[in-house]
Amino acid sequence: MMVDITINNVETSVPDGTTILEAAKSLGVHIPTLCHLDLHDIKMVNRVGTCRVCMVEVDGRRNLLPSCSTTVSPGMKVYTNTKRAVSARRQIVELLLSNHPKECLSCERNQNCELQALAAELGIREIHFKGPRLKTEKDSSSYSIVKNFEKCVLCRRCETMCNEIQTVGVYSPVHRGFDTVMGTAFDRKMLDTNCTFCGQCVSVCPTAALTETDDTSKVWDAINDPDKIVIAQTAPAIRVALGEPFGLPVGTRVTGKMVSALRKIGFDKVMDTDFAADLTIMEEASELIHRIRHGGRLPILTSCCPAWVKFIEHQFPTLLDIPSTCKSPHEMFGAIAKTYLADKLGVAADKIVVVSIMPCLAKKFEAKRDELSGKTSGSDVDYVVSTRELARMIREAGINFVNLQDEDFDDVMGESTGASVIFGTTGGVIEAAVRTAAAWLDKDNPNPEIDFTQLRGLEGVREAEVEIAGMKLNIAIAHGLGNARNLLTQIRDGNVKYHAIEIMACPSGCVGGGGQPYHGNNIETLKKRAAAIYKEDEAKTVRRSHENLQIKKLYDEFLGEPYGEKAHELLHTHFSARDIL
Amino acid sequence: MAQEAAEVEIKGSYPEIDEYYESMPDKNGALIPVMHKAQQVYGWLSEDVQLYISHLLGVPASKVYGVATFYSLFNLERKGKFRVNVCLGTACYVRGAEKVLAAFENELDIKNTETTKDGLFTLSSIRCVGACGLAPVVMVNDKVFGRVNPDDVKRIVDEFLSKVGDIA
Repeated sequence: MMVDITINNVETSVPDGTTILEAAKSLGVHIPTLCHLDLHDIKMVNRVGTCRVCMVEVDGRRNLLPSCSTTVSPGMKVYTNTKRAVSARRQIVELLLSNHPKECLSCERNQNCELQALAAELGIREIHFKGPRLKTEKDSSSYSIVKNFEKCVLCRRCETMCNEIQTVGVYSPVHRGFDTVMGTAFDRKMLDTNCTFCGQCVSVCPTAALTETDDTSKVWDAINDPDKIVIAQTAPAIRVALGEPFGLPVGTRVTGKMVSALRKIGFDKVMDTDFAADLTIMEEASELIHRIRHGGRLPILTSCCPAWVKFIEHQFPTLLDIPSTCKSPHEMFGAIAKTYLADKLGVAADKIVVVSIMPCLAKKFEAKRDELSGKTSGSDVDYVVSTRELARMIREAGINFVNLQDEDFDDVMGESTGASVIFGTTGGVIEAAVRTAAAWLDKDNPNPEIDFTQLRGLEGVREAEVEIAGMKLNIAIAHGLGNARNLLTQIRDGNVKYHAIEIMACPSGCVGGGGQPYHGNNIETLKKRAAAIYKEDEAKTVRRSHENLQIKKLYDEFLGEPYGEKAHELLHTHFSARDIL
Repeated sequence: MAQEAAEVEIKGSYPEIDEYYESMPDKNGALIPVMHKAQQVYGWLSEDVQLYISHLLGVPASKVYGVATFYSLFNLERKGKFRVNVCLGTACYVRGAEKVLAAFENELDIKNTETTKDGLFTLSSIRCVGACGLAPVVMVNDKVFGRVNPDDVKRIVDEFLSKVGDIA
């Protein structure tokens, strides 16, 4: 049913159930918002109406109404920019600012903050309200996420994301009135909760209440230490997003500029996590075939995503035998860098510092896991910095990113295939594994299939049947932890039979990771990054992981057989059950 | 939001909570009634009890804690046998309730909101109890004392101390 209304005296007709905000948008009328967030494609809709910034005047209604959470009714006459509405909005933002540390100049979100932008948009020139400010302690316990709730505006986006989309439930408003904070159960430190550190709360936070742990100064120190060989490795999803903070169009591939920038920053070697993604496929595809041939536990679950790994450790402790035992690619990279590469370079392992540039905040926590250190020298990976942190380092170094010439990765661990690039988006890891499994299982076929497009897309849970050499492989893919929970519940209850499953914690996979440049509340950003990932794949001459010549050499010279003894020692790990709050 | 799929080992045993929850015809909106029941039975909501409720109902522990901290009637600390509530509502306040509160602090050697080391008395201030004609008002458990002045405080405390033997 359509409903006739007018907005600022312009007539329009919108479907029943439309909010005033949506109706205004369809007419090109802008109403400022703060707490509101609608990422429709991943079902993330925050419509809690807490901030009251979007208030509008409606004929016949005594009070102003929040346009984000008021649906239209027939004959409604809405006015969005009357003096009363505009001044109410300004007062609300002034009230928010009166309880906000006004340290914008030194804030992590300076020039990238929704509250700051809103204050500018509304032309706030003075804050008329003087009152006490809420004091809270900063929580930097977690290695991944820093909570500074003095900067919180109680929009509750983090709660909606964590509880409804990710179904982890870390946040809830706790305490009351002026003392309300988005707290954790029993005010526990983040490290002591069942947070997966996916960082999606950081991605949607409008201010600097939630940010990443800053590891850049440690990286600068290492770079400036003449004793250390500092090696950068870059995740697949970085190269399709790093251009955004420098004003390049969303979806621009900047692989060559990224390599060049890392050299200019001072990394001794610039290598590629994609190389290690190919290595992961060698191990994971071998593990899958091993499990199928030897009647092992199926389905096999991908284990590249550290937030997803922590999720299963907390939430499904009886299913810990189904994930692949493969370390995640950047951890494999670290283990090989501190053994094989150290030998090649003729340096001691403890001189090597591995820095992972990741679209991810959970990788920061992962790098601190006990089981991922000690086999080589210290941790496999020393530091993890996010895409956002790298962009900042590039700026700090005064590098003119946009005008950089393309450069190539360094040898030994720099070569990669198209299969490894697609790790950066949902469905990519499993497609990469299937490419190799198809070629291995279908030995007589001179031209095995390479594009398994049935595995691509943005549907939360997808399933597909892939036929290889007469064998039917049932595959499922989930992204977003809520979707993962549904799939795992089905597996636990024995309702579904799959051979292999890919799970990524972040909606849309690593292109939408918690460490990526802020997507500006626009899901199209993630789609364009994913499209760029597939373009990067197509542009590669080699598109199957096992055809990577440097990988072949690594096995010949050092590792021996895929899924063999040495590979197990360096490239595989184990999982442990964790408590749930 | 229910998370029925969570595979969680529910720790501890709280049969009274189980029984009450089972008996509820409508499990929607069960959280606050279940928390009420738990407090009625155990006197306060320990972390273990909150976690138990979280897992039983499939509600995030953060939310249980959020509700527990929102409503002042939920106790997050173990309370004494005798809960002394001094009304600081307007009527009581203007008739000297603050001095009464100070006298209790002095007599019990604790501050407002604290519990005596022997676990006998918890001192709290509350807002209007609706007995302004009797101001200043003090409630100890369910018993109401009206027109209390600081000199009465020792007598009130002694009255309950003398009951300790009976309860034990």
